[in-house]
Amino acid sequence: MAARVFSLQGRSSFYFALLLVPPLLWLGIVYLGSLFTLLLQSFYAIDEFTARVVPRLTLATYRVLLTQPAHLDIIARTVVMAIAVTAVSAVIAFPVALYMARYAGPKLKALFYVGILLPMWTSYLVKVYAWRLILAKQGIASWGFEQLGLMGALDRTLAVPVVGGPSLASSYLGMFVVFVYMWLPFMILPLAAALERVPGSLLQASADLGATRPQTFRHVVLPLALPGLAAGSIFTFSLTLGDYIIPTVVGAPGYFIGMMVYQQQGTAGNLPLAAAFSVVPIVLIGLYLALARRLGAFDAL
Amino acid sequence: MTAAIELHEASRAFGNVVALERVSLAVAPGEFFALLGPSGSGKTTSLRLIAGFDQPDSGRVLLDGEDVTEAPPFARNVNTVFQDYALFPHMSVAENVAYGLKVRGVGSREREARARDMLELVRLGDLGSRRPSQLSGGQRQRVALARALINQPKVLLLDEPLGALDLKLREEMQAELKGLQKRLGITFVFVTHDQGEALSMADRIAVFSQGRIEQLDTPRALYNRPRTAFVASFVGSANVVHADAARELTGHPRAFAIRPELVEIVAPGTPVRDGSIRCEGVVLDVLYHGASSRCRVRLDDGTTLAVAQPEAASAAAGLVAGAHVRLAWRPDAAVPLQD
Repeated sequence: MAARVFSLQGRSSFYFALLLVPPLLWLGIVYLGSLFTLLLQSFYAIDEFTARVVPRLTLATYRVLLTQPAHLDIIARTVVMAIAVTAVSAVIAFPVALYMARYAGPKLKALFYVGILLPMWTSYLVKVYAWRLILAKQGIASWGFEQLGLMGALDRTLAVPVVGGPSLASSYLGMFVVFVYMWLPFMILPLAAALERVPGSLLQASADLGATRPQTFRHVVLPLALPGLAAGSIFTFSLTLGDYIIPTVVGAPGYFIGMMVYQQQGTAGNLPLAAAFSVVPIVLIGLYLALARRLGAFDAL
Repeated sequence: MTAAIELHEASRAFGNVVALERVSLAVAPGEFFALLGPSGSGKTTSLRLIAGFDQPDSGRVLLDGEDVTEAPPFARNVNTVFQDYALFPHMSVAENVAYGLKVRGVGSREREARARDMLELVRLGDLGSRRPSQLSGGQRQRVALARALINQPKVLLLDEPLGALDLKLREEMQAELKGLQKRLGITFVFVTHDQGEALSMADRIAVFSQGRIEQLDTPRALYNRPRTAFVASFVGSANVVHADAARELTGHPRAFAIRPELVEIVAPGTPVRDGSIRCEGVVLDVLYHGASSRCRVRLDDGTTLAVAQPEAASAAAGLVAGAHVRLAWRPDAAVPLQD
């Protein structure tokens, strides 16, 4: 009897392994393997004359990346944009997620989910190009401002150095708007999920112990939503850091990290530098996660 | 004396489900009061009205004579121990306990000292730095108690306080809650579906059924003098004999309750005492409980009576399913019921 049980166990663990192997291979080879190859590439040398990658380990590429002011500009520009997009996405997403998770009835909640997910089903490129038209000098956006009599305000905003430009479509402000539009769902969904998991009795307990609604929000809702906020901000932050299409189609001419990666591995044919550039977001996200952990964002998990 | 809590004709409906129908009750200061009933009977709705998590559709809620019907929970001098304890998972045990002081702007040093005192009170003095997730069910229950008591409420509400604990712990906590209430002298109101818990802890019990109070009385009165069939069967697990069967047995068409331990099995050849109500039936099944045996007897007219026999009784030994037995009880053991 014991032997039989044992063999049954052996058999079920065999099937278990069979089930587990494909996803493990996928994760190991396709994800981690390619990531490792990428990392390795950034340490490879490049032959100046033939532009061929030579598998000889060197830190020269990182020296080029971190000493050329143009490169540092690109990194700074991308990081500032990513931080701004993340912060504003969080501010916009929080009330939406809170309403979805805690106040909307089942029908309204479903409507919210569809409304947030539906735009993600359309082509990303179509949306970006649509935004270029919307934000163009003669586009709907400026027409709208004109109808509202706010043309002066728009002009004054566009006259602000750095964020402004000839039109919304060719300014960092416009690029920022498109980034926020694109990544907002990635902030709302994890936030809503985190808020939905907060048991109603915790909010009642807080009120019962004498907390006003703002106090309950600050001491109970917000801390418990932090893991969702952290997850959402990792999405918006990393998606902005890596994107190369939005900065190409909308906004001012300055380069972003994603554009640099695209250009260096394509037209310029400098794979090591492209790899080194793409390591920057990985390092930044790693630092961000460490910081979030230090600040206790995952304590409620 | 002003009642600590008063519900006055309180009604509450959810859609077309009536949860509470014109319920009135008054709890005296310092009383240990139980709201007892099956699920959906309105006991939890009543508690929520008192705590302020819900408002009645009509009727009033008074605390210490003051109308608080519309007042939010944080404006009431009432605290609640939740069924799932509702401890804040992102705070330490001490922070959980001190929360009520924190939101009232008490300084951190006083907060810590008082939280420590409260934790001592519930005998968790050394666990203040733990997280709720690191505690056992019984310990969490104590933290919830300490947290609810730190604001020195006039009334403590407990929603199924022992429901999530295992039997042994439950008995310990019953005694502990009772002792705590005596020591603090504040009013305790607790909701339970467990009649044993209500009988052993409460000074008075309101028995709820279908959104109404069936009977509000002391445990002893509820047990010995149930007024309705519902109270008789829910509280004392008594036999309820309906009007038709009662006429057969006693000659009066009035329903009555008779407790299993007051029905006697008359051994063959023994005379029945004068004046006793008597009947005969067939044993359906026997459950042996050690100190007593419980059996169900079907009478000739189809009524089934539960009978409890102490182990010492001579008739207990011979009981088997299918046996024919004679039953008898004193007329004053039967409690007449309202229709």
